[in-house]
Amino acid sequence: MNQRLPNTLSNNMPKTYPTPGGVHPPQNKAQSTSRPIQQASLPAELVLPLSQHAGAPAKAIVAVGDKVLKGQCIAQAKGSISAYIHAPSSGEVTAIEPRAIPHASGMQDNCIVIKTDGEDNWCPLQGCEDFSQLPASELVEQIRLAGITGLGGGGFPTAVKLISSDTQASLNKAIDTLIINGTECEPYITADDLLMRERAQQIISGIQILQHIIKPSTATLIGVENNKPEAIAALEAAIAEANANNITVVSFAGKYPSGGEKQLIQILTGREVPSGGLPADVGIVCQNVGTVAAVHDAIVLGKPLISRITTVTGQACAQPQNFEVLIGSPIAHVLAQAGFDASACQRLIMGGPMMGFTLTDTSVPVIKATNCLLAATEAELPSPPPAQACIRCGMCAEACPASLLPQQLYWYARSKEYEKLEELNLFDCIECGACSYVCPSTIPLVQYYRASKADIREHKAEMHKAEQSKARFEARQQRLEREEQEKAEKRAARQAAAKAKLAAAAQAGGEQELDPVQAAVARAKAKKAAKAAAAETEAGNSTAKPETKPTDEAN
Amino acid sequence: MIELISLHPLLTAVVALVALSIPFGALLGFAAIRFKTEGNPIVDQIEDLLPQTQCGQCSYPGCRPYAEAIANGEAINKCPPGGEATIHDLANLLDVEPLPLDAEHGAQDVKKVAYIREDECIGCTKCIQACPVDAILGAAKQMHTVIADECTGCDLCVEPCPVDCIDMLPIATTVQSWSWQLPPTPEEQLKRSHIIATDRQPEVSA
Repeated sequence: MNQRLPNTLSNNMPKTYPTPGGVHPPQNKAQSTSRPIQQASLPAELVLPLSQHAGAPAKAIVAVGDKVLKGQCIAQAKGSISAYIHAPSSGEVTAIEPRAIPHASGMQDNCIVIKTDGEDNWCPLQGCEDFSQLPASELVEQIRLAGITGLGGGGFPTAVKLISSDTQASLNKAIDTLIINGTECEPYITADDLLMRERAQQIISGIQILQHIIKPSTATLIGVENNKPEAIAALEAAIAEANANNITVVSFAGKYPSGGEKQLIQILTGREVPSGGLPADVGIVCQNVGTVAAVHDAIVLGKPLISRITTVTGQACAQPQNFEVLIGSPIAHVLAQAGFDASACQRLIMGGPMMGFTLTDTSVPVIKATNCLLAATEAELPSPPPAQACIRCGMCAEACPASLLPQQLYWYARSKEYEKLEELNLFDCIECGACSYVCPSTIPLVQYYRASKADIREHKAEMHKAEQSKARFEARQQRLEREEQEKAEKRAARQAAAKAKLAAAAQAGGEQELDPVQAAVARAKAKKAAKAAAAETEAGNSTAKPETKPTDEAN
Repeated sequence: MIELISLHPLLTAVVALVALSIPFGALLGFAAIRFKTEGNPIVDQIEDLLPQTQCGQCSYPGCRPYAEAIANGEAINKCPPGGEATIHDLANLLDVEPLPLDAEHGAQDVKKVAYIREDECIGCTKCIQACPVDAILGAAKQMHTVIADECTGCDLCVEPCPVDCIDMLPIATTVQSWSWQLPPTPEEQLKRSHIIATDRQPEVSA
């Protein structure tokens, strides 16, 4: 077995395919790879945003004052695309309130705050010795209950992506290839690299679980850029150890953004995910290595997702390295362990320099999608000079990995021509930032695309609401008309009934009361006459009165 | 036959044209009945672009009547809830110049939703009758409440309320609804940053 391995490495190296565009920014990965993954210390307080994944926010199921154990579920998924959240350490829930969260908006959102008791007591865990005995649907459910989301940075709930092979067959989307993304092409970030170096067995075990769920018919590929030789060696060794011959590590020359899901699929299989489609449309499921390791923890050990590996790097950190951080740890706490110098830090970024966003507040917590904290100095990441006019050089179009026309998109975004933007496939933009990176006029192109995407979505939502309002308005008009008609019908019916009654009465009563109107008139006349008579007698009295009046006056 | 045609060229031409015009006329007549469009299709297209708030700020009793009025030549800039975007879309559809919003009918405002202060509601049902989209729930002498998702923010329920317990609250931005804004254009930014030295000098007052 061990003898066969070198052969598979050298001769049967699977083919890789070229992709369009891409850039080669300085890697800056060596700073944080020299030290092993370190366990971050337990913070005094953990802040867990209810919305730290793609989709609907989770619903808190604990109350203020509750004691929680490490690994206990504290918030449930709400709706189909959502994720469970678990207590990362034992302690007491001190608040459920809006706190600053790591988000590009810098806004606050609801969070569960846990004051840790320092004991780190686990709740009872139920691991599974042999996952192959369990049906795929049960495994997917366990992954869902463990709150696993994509750890590559997207934060999409993993269970939603892992429809079991039976469901896929019924959807006519048979999966033939499972791709594990260990590319990590963005500068500075080394979390996946270190994970692959140190926990390759975990990753391979996780992949076997996914293979059992998805049952890919042809291949399982791990895509790793060739700038991570240690990680590739570790994975090869773990594959040999686990005797998992159906898993292949594919290495390829790196560029940014080869780690994008669609880009990696194209590099490894030559297949292009259709515009607006999903990898499943071309028979592929793609998962990040960190996610796969979390799947191993969830199924084999029964541990929910409560920690992740985060790179803490940048020149403002004295000891840049990777930490295994509890989700919810304030980033100030994590940065302090890497020797963070706040005065030197010019920009603090969550994520990488290409796709990350700037943080203004160091009290925000680490969330499931936090793969990197980059504390950069001015020299390292100089603030961009003011944008200048587009000179139509076309470098952005050459750099675009999605083969879009960034320059055209820029013009139409400025003039808010949404239809044109959609025609030019704005929604295929992965917001990688390659176009902004190469732009000689330093135009913040991606911001234009993000703003336009948001505007288009909002416009569509408004159109949808307008349609709904119109339907309700028309329904109301119809209801009012119907009610009016019913009233008229009732009135007519009453009239008819009265007439019928009258006719019956006339037939029965003969000639005494021929016409009720005449009868009523006669009655009214009689009444009037009586009244007049009464008035006359009263008038007679009043004429008599004045005779007494003068006497009163005289008195 | 040919002799006849050559003898009476005018007559044959007339006969031939009449012979042609009868079937074609019949065909056109049939098509006019068979493919008749109900109503004016342009009105539907205009109506689809209007925001359907049914607020009546345009002085027409609803979006459909305003769409009909536009089709008959009314100005396209009388819809404050739709704002610039709607005017732009209407101008595109009708191939006319987009006009600035007519201030007479109100200004474009932030999106709002009606909110009934429920402690103060006396259950008079007046707002329910005023709501054009049936977005208020309640019954006589029972507290009323607004179905916020269905409310178009048209303002029509505020006026009839005898106890003034309805507020129009602006819809707040949440983390979920927050979005990126367009950056300032290079021209604006250059103006702001005063990259040219002479721009930086304070204006000399004479």
